[in-house]
Amino acid sequence: MSFEPKILGFLCNWCSYAGADLAGVSRIQYPPNMRVIRVMCSGRVDPMFIFQALQQGIDGVFVMGCHPGDCHYLEGNYEAEKKFDMTVKFLKMIDLDNRIRLDWVSASEGVRFGQVVSDFIDHIRELGPSPVSGENPDENLLIKLMAMEVAAGTDRMRALVGRERKLIEEENAYGELVPEEKFNEIFDSAIHDEYIRARILLSLNKDPKSVKDLALEIEIDPSEILENILILKGRAQVDMQEIVGITPIYMRT
Amino acid sequence: MAEKEDNGIEKPRVGVFICHCGSNIGGLIDCKKLAEYAGTLPDVVHFEDNLYTCSENGLNAIKNAIKEHDLNRVVVASCTPRTHEPLFRECIAEEGLNEYLFNFVNIRDQCTWVHMKDPEGAYAKAQDLVRMGAAKATKLEALEKVSVDINPAALVIGGGVAGMSAALNLNNQGFTTHLIEKEDQLGGRLRSLHKLFPHDLDAATLLNEIKGNVEKASNLTLYTSATLKEVDGFVGNYDVVIDQGGSEVKLTVGAIIVAVGASLFVPKDLYGYDGRTRVTQQELETKMKNNDINANNVIMIQCVGSRNDERPYCSSVCCMTALTNALIIKEKDPNTNVTILFRDLYTPGTDYEETYRKAREKGVLFIRYSLEREPVVEEDHVKVYNEYIGEEMIVPYDLLVLSTPLIANDDNKALAQLLKVPLEANKFFLEAHVKLRPNDFATDGVFIGGAAKWPVDITEAITQGYAAASRASTILSHESIEVEGATSHLPELNKSLCTGCEVCIKVCPYKAIIKNEDDEIEIIQAVCKGCGVCGATCSQQAIVIRHFTNEQILSEIYAYGGRAV
Repeated sequence: MSFEPKILGFLCNWCSYAGADLAGVSRIQYPPNMRVIRVMCSGRVDPMFIFQALQQGIDGVFVMGCHPGDCHYLEGNYEAEKKFDMTVKFLKMIDLDNRIRLDWVSASEGVRFGQVVSDFIDHIRELGPSPVSGENPDENLLIKLMAMEVAAGTDRMRALVGRERKLIEEENAYGELVPEEKFNEIFDSAIHDEYIRARILLSLNKDPKSVKDLALEIEIDPSEILENILILKGRAQVDMQEIVGITPIYMRT
Repeated sequence: MAEKEDNGIEKPRVGVFICHCGSNIGGLIDCKKLAEYAGTLPDVVHFEDNLYTCSENGLNAIKNAIKEHDLNRVVVASCTPRTHEPLFRECIAEEGLNEYLFNFVNIRDQCTWVHMKDPEGAYAKAQDLVRMGAAKATKLEALEKVSVDINPAALVIGGGVAGMSAALNLNNQGFTTHLIEKEDQLGGRLRSLHKLFPHDLDAATLLNEIKGNVEKASNLTLYTSATLKEVDGFVGNYDVVIDQGGSEVKLTVGAIIVAVGASLFVPKDLYGYDGRTRVTQQELETKMKNNDINANNVIMIQCVGSRNDERPYCSSVCCMTALTNALIIKEKDPNTNVTILFRDLYTPGTDYEETYRKAREKGVLFIRYSLEREPVVEEDHVKVYNEYIGEEMIVPYDLLVLSTPLIANDDNKALAQLLKVPLEANKFFLEAHVKLRPNDFATDGVFIGGAAKWPVDITEAITQGYAAASRASTILSHESIEVEGATSHLPELNKSLCTGCEVCIKVCPYKAIIKNEDDEIEIIQAVCKGCGVCGATCSQQAIVIRHFTNEQILSEIYAYGGRAV
């Protein structure tokens, strides 16, 4: 049997959901692979939903909103884009970024709705099943996805995404504009750090470990693990359990 | 009463109704089987299929089932919530259920209608959608709408024909009405017009009559040379500040109508426009008013600066304007040659088509050109490639008239930001829904009419002025109204999570979130439109988006994915 991708679509009530209805009224035909969750605004799509959908083994996630400038809620779609971009940056690390897509469909674009959905289904069909789908999902990838969800959910990442537009387009509390490049630099390093920290936390959730063991499991340099352990200690999320020989063992608080 | 769970909340008892919609759904998939499938889902205690769930019979079936099976959640799988959700909500409310305990599943517009050649695929999709819908239904919570008092006064922005019509209409209904106009006199674009199609009424006659009525109106206060400076508040209670020649006027109104009209595109650098012998239609009309035309050969070029990449829209008034003015010239002196160079001619309806016919009868010449080969204007003639005969023609002129489009006002963006309403791609104001709510904005209590929305002629501007006034009066005529309950919310329990980072305040497009006197985040429910951006952004995930909560959306994701969590 040929592969039929399992696709989830988040559609904003005012533009893309209306466009999907119009496709129906116009009897535009497209493949039936996508299931729709209606939200009032694409800006409602919390990155958590996308990470959760992927952990559910869904092969592709499509977020659709109003065209830039046409948002029913003025600028919700710009916020959606920022959240989506962050999600993409995380998923790039594990090569799953091409399984999610953001596009704009207006209420009058019934034909276009059919086209973009067909196109996305074709795209996912070509990629094949998600490595975390089916009976035997790639457990290692699932852990990484989980860590990404945790990282994206930290107040640091959420505050960065929430402030991005204001910081770049307006100014910060000191009346300075943050150059986009500078912001991206901070943003990218935050993504990297929070991901490592989330991996450490998830791993320590299971059992206490040494820096060396963590480094082996997460496959990064022990010095970087230690650096992050210290920060997590500062956040009161990690503590030292005991010292075995000369090796400290860390645990979740 | 339904059995309670440990936490004292009633255990969900879901009823699922599958609509055949005649043969629209039932013709493609087996609705009986789908209903039986729904019956196997968690917490579903009643299922049935109906020929038309929205019919009297269908609605009664829902009401009976609520009574018989003690349902506390209702799911209808049928057409689309965008048209039928209010009906079903009302239905369950009549049976005493909170209207937010209803969930809609779209298996027609987004399923059977779009997968007509794949009944199996459509059935599988409908099954998943029903499962997801029932899962969300179990998580739904009863919500209360908020009641807000209404100030029975209106503000109309723009003293053109649409704004004056709206203001007069509200005045005549007895509402206190404030009309502001940024120029020093009323009239807007009507002031620059000569004769109004389709019956060549003098623009000045109409203007004077409407203006006279505005001046006589007893409940209407006019502010000229005035602009809107500040707007605060929400439906029924907008506190506005008007700047009138430097001094401030403060008002409280229940509704606001945007009727700011549009501007005329001036064709600088196009076709040798010089405002003397190469003029716009508006300048031609000024010449006509002053009886200042002595031309033997008049050429009009249509779609100058419109229906191109930069301005893809049709300005809708220029064809009739050109035809009307051509006829006036012809009627004054039949020997004047009038040639209209056009791309397409739009004259919808009986009267407008009649004008076109008359123009042909009177000998106005029509030459069709294309966007790819635009006419070339020389000193005293125009070279135009005639699309019909496939040849270049040389037409002499001593007066060249350019039909330029109406464009959005420069200050639309500033006004849109003040009012928290959207603009479309060409910077005209964007209504809430082109068909369902054509004269409303999504923001409650703010309405739109006339050329502010799209280029319209005088007749349409008046109609829309009345329409906007009528929509505003649906609010103003009540002492209080209920506003949406599906809004964002900071539950008491979550208040301790809030770190005061204020990201929610920054992302809220409606200023619905404030820091109150106690330095706490407060969400003003009457202002919130429920978009949910604050909840998806809140750095502590403390804000709950009612009716679209994380738990509810995740329940849909899990129901589709199927993995235990």
